[in-house]
Amino acid sequence: MTDTFYTLGDPIADTKAPKGPIEERWSKRKFEAKLVNPANKRKKTVIVVGTGLAGGSAGATLAELGYKVIQFCFQDSPRRAHSIAAQGGINAAKNYRNDGDSVFRLFYDTVKGGDFRARESNVYRLAEISTQIIDQCVAQGVPFAREYGGLLDNRSFGGAQVSRTFYARGQTGQQLLLGAYQALMRQVDAGNVELHPRHEMLELVMVDGRARGVVVRNLVNGEIKTYTGDAVVLATGGYGNVFYLSTNAMGSNATAIWRAHKRGALFANPCFTQIHPTCIPVSGDHQSKLTLMSESLRNDGRVWVPVKAGDDRHPNDIPEAERDYYLERIYPAFGNLVPRDIASRAAKKVCDEGRGVGPGGRGVYLDFADAIKRMGIDAVKAKYGNLFDMYERITGENPYEVPMRIYPAVHYTMGGLWVDYDLQSTIPGLFVIGEANFSDHGANRLGASALMQGLADGYFVLPNTIGDYLATNNKLGEVPAEAVAEAESRVQAQIDKLLSIDGDRTVDSFHRELGHIMWEYCGMERTEEGLRKALQLIPALREEFWRRVKVPGSADDLNQSLEKAGRVADFLELAELMCIDALHRTESCGGHFRAESQDADGEAKRDDANFSYVAAWEWTGLGEPPVLHKEALEFEYVKPSQRSYK
Amino acid sequence: MAVTGAVLVLYLVAHMLGNLKVFFGPEEINEYAAWLRTIGSPVLHHEWFLWIMRVVLLASLILHITMAAQLTARARRARPARYRHRAKVQGSYAARTMRWGGVIIALFVIYHVLDLTTGTVHPEYEHGDVYGNLAADFAPERWYVTLFYVLAVVAVGFHLRHGLVSAVQSLGLSSPQRARALHLAASAFVVVLVAGYLSVPFAVTVGLVD
Amino acid sequence: MKITLRVWRQKGPEDEGRMVEYRLDDVSPDMSFLEMLDVLNEKLILEGEDPIAFDHDCREGICGMCSLVINGTPHGPEKATTTCQLHMRKFKDGDVITVEPWRAKAFPVIKDLVVDRSAFDKIIEAGGYISAPTGSAPDAHSVPVPKPAADAAFEAAECIGCGACVAACPNGSAMLFTAAKVTHLGLLPQGQPERYDRVVKMVEAHDEAGFGGCTVTGECTAACPKGIPLDTITRLNRDYLAATAGRRKKTR
Repeated sequence: MTDTFYTLGDPIADTKAPKGPIEERWSKRKFEAKLVNPANKRKKTVIVVGTGLAGGSAGATLAELGYKVIQFCFQDSPRRAHSIAAQGGINAAKNYRNDGDSVFRLFYDTVKGGDFRARESNVYRLAEISTQIIDQCVAQGVPFAREYGGLLDNRSFGGAQVSRTFYARGQTGQQLLLGAYQALMRQVDAGNVELHPRHEMLELVMVDGRARGVVVRNLVNGEIKTYTGDAVVLATGGYGNVFYLSTNAMGSNATAIWRAHKRGALFANPCFTQIHPTCIPVSGDHQSKLTLMSESLRNDGRVWVPVKAGDDRHPNDIPEAERDYYLERIYPAFGNLVPRDIASRAAKKVCDEGRGVGPGGRGVYLDFADAIKRMGIDAVKAKYGNLFDMYERITGENPYEVPMRIYPAVHYTMGGLWVDYDLQSTIPGLFVIGEANFSDHGANRLGASALMQGLADGYFVLPNTIGDYLATNNKLGEVPAEAVAEAESRVQAQIDKLLSIDGDRTVDSFHRELGHIMWEYCGMERTEEGLRKALQLIPALREEFWRRVKVPGSADDLNQSLEKAGRVADFLELAELMCIDALHRTESCGGHFRAESQDADGEAKRDDANFSYVAAWEWTGLGEPPVLHKEALEFEYVKPSQRSYK
Repeated sequence: MAVTGAVLVLYLVAHMLGNLKVFFGPEEINEYAAWLRTIGSPVLHHEWFLWIMRVVLLASLILHITMAAQLTARARRARPARYRHRAKVQGSYAARTMRWGGVIIALFVIYHVLDLTTGTVHPEYEHGDVYGNLAADFAPERWYVTLFYVLAVVAVGFHLRHGLVSAVQSLGLSSPQRARALHLAASAFVVVLVAGYLSVPFAVTVGLVD
Repeated sequence: MKITLRVWRQKGPEDEGRMVEYRLDDVSPDMSFLEMLDVLNEKLILEGEDPIAFDHDCREGICGMCSLVINGTPHGPEKATTTCQLHMRKFKDGDVITVEPWRAKAFPVIKDLVVDRSAFDKIIEAGGYISAPTGSAPDAHSVPVPKPAADAAFEAAECIGCGACVAACPNGSAMLFTAAKVTHLGLLPQGQPERYDRVVKMVEAHDEAGFGGCTVTGECTAACPKGIPLDTITRLNRDYLAATAGRRKKTR
């Protein structure tokens, strides 16, 4: 590809992961990491942005260790972070079921599920820590589902062939987050954490190339203030809302990581987006978000569409012979339980063939009639009752009688700021945890692994690795006033600009339009032509935004339009990088499907010879081609193979 | 509130049972009334038990009202701005009428004492003739007095219906398994108590007692 | 659908506030209540007016951020449903709908329909946790929990901290919120060591925050989007009495 969309820079490498047998690397790293003297910990201030599973658990644990923590969230309470909405469960290689699970198998499944675009060292550590997470959460009082004997229940989830998923009905994320939140509040009470809810990070403060603080806006009174410390941790989640419609919360945004990116942190694999196959389809233009139905539904529900295109009979009137249970047909071994990307693309394909159901033909059936026959309605109710109720509330249809309609929606972003084995970004002192980093999921995340990663990073990895940085950077000194003033003035300038335009289009209208572009050209299936088109449309839209956006109100009180405007402004830049990344990666892998790279059956075709690397992008200025730094991936333990779920 | 309420409820039960003596004729109830003054004798002096009881009841009542007033004041403080649109009651009416019901009952108790204990507002009060005083009080032409008594007793019923359940919960004595039984028991208790009290004015009105 | 809205507008904490009437002519029954407000806000912005501030985030009924009193009922007319999951099909064409913020001294209005619920964080901070520092945990299976206890704990733990209980309570009490956490943690073996200490501290924090006292009216449970049962309060009372009566001094 001869292109001016980007330029190639020096390769980049993770220098922190020790060499040697993979099962010894994490212990080795913990041992080699320098320690901060207990008496000195009190003098170290760590700034944590975000209070989800990663941020909440990190804040609590760092405070328990003795560091002074200053923590921020844009919501009115740390308990509202979007981790709370995770439904299905959390994986751990406990092998309580004696079904052949092990740390190595979880590691293997995660590397393979991620389509060989993740680091082996990181993934192995994740699998290793997974068991400790369950212990920790149980000790905190997380009410996981239990069996009659009083022991923890497990289920198989999202394509795994072992039962390693721990869950708390359909609200696992909620229960885990409340556990972390309570641990955090305990530290607030102890005076170890200074908590600032309704504060949004808008800029990173840097001194001598190191991250030393953040500029935040108090969302209640508009006050711009800088907080400084010895290190900064970003735990601000993913950027799925770049698509406007996604399963993310309305407030979920990329602002913190994007502004850190613009200050020098590399952004890795931005195009790796996970599309979740089981969401409630769009009902109209007013739609503000999409609601996920837990993937666990695929354990008992059967996915189908009519055999004939344009068949608009009521689903219950379509005889068995005229239904196409396409997942069971194409993937006999895994059936309805194929990984998310495969299930999503298959749904898109049948809808493209005109066989989709519901308004606009963008939906497929998820049918529980057989499950109800087999298990009885009470058993189905016990297992999925709350999900069925939610479906009925939103759609007004009773899923016990009429098959549910589902359609894929953007759910999770595997990409994020590039971090090394210590979870440190390319800016020294800036650590990135949870979904905000490019993480351990490669090109596709397995079900029930996001909660695992968030908590692994927050409870166990970061608290160990950050000490090494703090111990080796012992004499950082005061943050000079000029550095603070410079960062604050940048924030102020943007706010003033947004308020002064006074155009004729709302922020939401731009966001919606951006979402359409991204979903159309950078969604489930990407083509060179489409991406090139998007790369023309996005800068044009951005230019229009800065000319025509209308942000009412003032900067000195609660102004939700202003908050949104800042976030959308960042999405308008990030979207471009996502398209560039998607365009440059001419292979298909995991959540990134390039129509040009598929086999005869329409399956994703990886190109290991050319793309077995992490694409880490460097910001060079607005509208300037970014610089690509490649981190080569080596596979010593799990040899890359083409995924096959047939 | 639960403890003082419980004292008052115990008294209400005893009072109701005493009232029913009216159905056995003037001698029996008048004799019962006289006996009340002799309880505890010879250890206690004449009427001492009665006065001790009155003091306990009055103290309970005052405490009960004081705490209710405090709770009400606290509730007012907790919601300085009122809703513009008030929805209909979702919980129980008994629960939502505790305060006004309590005020009505308090007024009634004052009237009741002036009426049948001191005789101050009674048209033809005669000390010791409980039977005669009752018959005169609820005479058909004094239907408004009877009506007031009926309303007050019904108010007591509502007050108790919530009070009993609430007291048991305040003392932490209920459980999810027993919740249904508790509600049924409270309702049954209230029905019996209200019926017992109402039977007297009813009997006078229809002429069973005169 | 045509809908008339009467919405509480209040510029800031010091402003007196008033009800303002808005009309919407083209409401789809498939919209959620918040999406209907989005549409209204878009219109207001383009007309040069200040849009209505309201709290919301996940829009799937779990984060507990949305908080509107609709026609006098927190989260509106549908049982066990948050405002964000309430759909306009539950209303009739031509309806007049009143929208107010949570009203409680402990939840002061920040702007329009947005209130400050940090009092809830204070209650949790006071003791709504189990002290289990990271790394200290024994194997998850070392303490079995009987399924009924685990299920009941989960039921109480479902609380989303939205504050509807306070909004609905005629006393402005947050006892259901407090009791839900006391019950969740008090039912689990892991929560026993701090059980009696916890309940006393949390009730103290509750009272200090300016919430009213509980008179078991049951309005809270009726308004709760998660249906937290009223008997969590009984349990709280039991533990509180046990703790304050001194019988549990040894364990405190």
